[in-house]
Amino acid sequence: MRQTTSHKLWLIAPAALMVGIFFLYPLCFSLYSAITLDGSLTLTHLDKAFDLYSKDILFTIIIVLISVAILAILSITIAALITLSPFRSLTKTLGFLYRLPLFIPFIVTAQMMRTFLAKNGLMNNAFVASGLLTPMDTVSFLGWSGIIITFVWKQLAFSTLLISGAMAALDESQIRAARNLGASRLRILLQIILPQIIPTLGVAIVLSIVTMMSVLSVPLMIGTGSPTMMTADMAFRINSYGDYHVANALGLVSYCICAGLAWFYLRQNLKEKGAN
Amino acid sequence: MSVSQNRNVFEMLNLQSLRPSFWLQSVFILLLALILFGPIMNLLIWTVAESWYFPHALPSQWGFKYWQQVFNPYSDVSGSLFTSLLIAVLTVAVCMIVSIPAGYALSKRSMPLRIFWMLLFLIPQAFPNLTVYMNIAKLFYGFGLNGTVLGVIIVHSVHGLMFSIWISVAAFSSTDPMLERASRNLGAGPFYTFFHIVLPQAAPGLIASCIFVFLESLDEFTGTFFVGSPNISTLPLLLYTASMEGNYQIASITALILLVPSILFMVIINKFMRPDMLSKLGK
Repeated sequence: MRQTTSHKLWLIAPAALMVGIFFLYPLCFSLYSAITLDGSLTLTHLDKAFDLYSKDILFTIIIVLISVAILAILSITIAALITLSPFRSLTKTLGFLYRLPLFIPFIVTAQMMRTFLAKNGLMNNAFVASGLLTPMDTVSFLGWSGIIITFVWKQLAFSTLLISGAMAALDESQIRAARNLGASRLRILLQIILPQIIPTLGVAIVLSIVTMMSVLSVPLMIGTGSPTMMTADMAFRINSYGDYHVANALGLVSYCICAGLAWFYLRQNLKEKGAN
Repeated sequence: MSVSQNRNVFEMLNLQSLRPSFWLQSVFILLLALILFGPIMNLLIWTVAESWYFPHALPSQWGFKYWQQVFNPYSDVSGSLFTSLLIAVLTVAVCMIVSIPAGYALSKRSMPLRIFWMLLFLIPQAFPNLTVYMNIAKLFYGFGLNGTVLGVIIVHSVHGLMFSIWISVAAFSSTDPMLERASRNLGAGPFYTFFHIVLPQAAPGLIASCIFVFLESLDEFTGTFFVGSPNISTLPLLLYTASMEGNYQIASITALILLVPSILFMVIINKFMRPDMLSKLGK
């Protein structure tokens, strides 16, 4: 028995070593580099990062929170329509539609939006042609609103897939019972379905936040100007100054933001488990 | 007269169950379709637009001039396409060599510290990985791996490892352990049993994980940006450069090339990813 166990560890070793050497080691190195100077602990890099980029850090947090809020509302609406709507043909169309961006890469999305949302892009042209806007009123959406639109457009398929999956897995008899007792569809959604899918919603949100915090192409291609997202600042810091300390300090801040949000989610989750 | 007519119309609507909620939902779906298809349409138009300037709502000149430029064997695009495919195929190979044994071992419940290993392989997806990439680039610089195909393959493999291992574990978990035991009882060796009994059963799931890794590698931008550039140019890097230089036709055609495997995958995944296997994911 012991022999087979050690055998199995050997099977895992190559994969574990790869993650260890090429992910965990650089990860620890980045943390180390963020808080040390010539081998001694220091806060100068973090201070400098906050001095130079506090606006961008705030901008990143706000962008991510707004995107996630819109994502949550939209995915819940779509998933709820698929689960509760009595019109089969509509739900089928919707089920096909929302999956469309699932495997479209971020960089392709960024390129689409870069031309679509520009001042003279297809979107504004369509508004002008339909008489909704005059050419003088058009504004470019490249900037903070463009970043949010791109994030939501790309992540919508993923979060809706998770949430509608969770809704489909619910016990259907509960919904039927509630309907028989005369509950409206909105009430069923808010009081019966939502409370049960909160864990999945949390997973979708945390994963989306981590994704948004690590995408570089979108802020580079759509977020023209200042303030911009922290990922663009890190790339700039490295490519223009070779300044790994401040870049890593910014990385540390982004870990902390993600960790903070994940902790918030876990705490909520634990609280609910405790209440039950 | 008009009141009764109105009532008639209302009753008719009711009869056909065309209630306001139906129209409301239809409008919602229509809006969603516009939002989803708008940018895609825009990309498609750009690929066949020879010139498209401000006062024109649509391109003033249509044509395939830029397609010829792209598919010229000496163009940047065909070179990048070749590099991208080479890197993606080799990344799949590396991931599979490492993940098949690991996935098989982790599919056994008796594996010690099973949760710990599963979480370890989740980590590369659970952290914002830009910081890690720039430090890998710094480390690789010391080893002379920066700007080499090998360096990019390593970065892509670590990124794809989570998919390949988690899906492999699910694929091996859905195999029938009784068949394996029967094979061993009939005198087959462990290797023979693995290659002839276990592996064929897990094959559909493993193919799905290959496709996942392939797509991840093909579409990866950030890691290649730090580790590969300027020597290695993959399609996403080329797209980025073309777009930043304002060369929207080339950028859009490159984007369209990147879209093809993604759409193919949508079709294939429905075939290979069985729901019963998906339900074993992460268990």
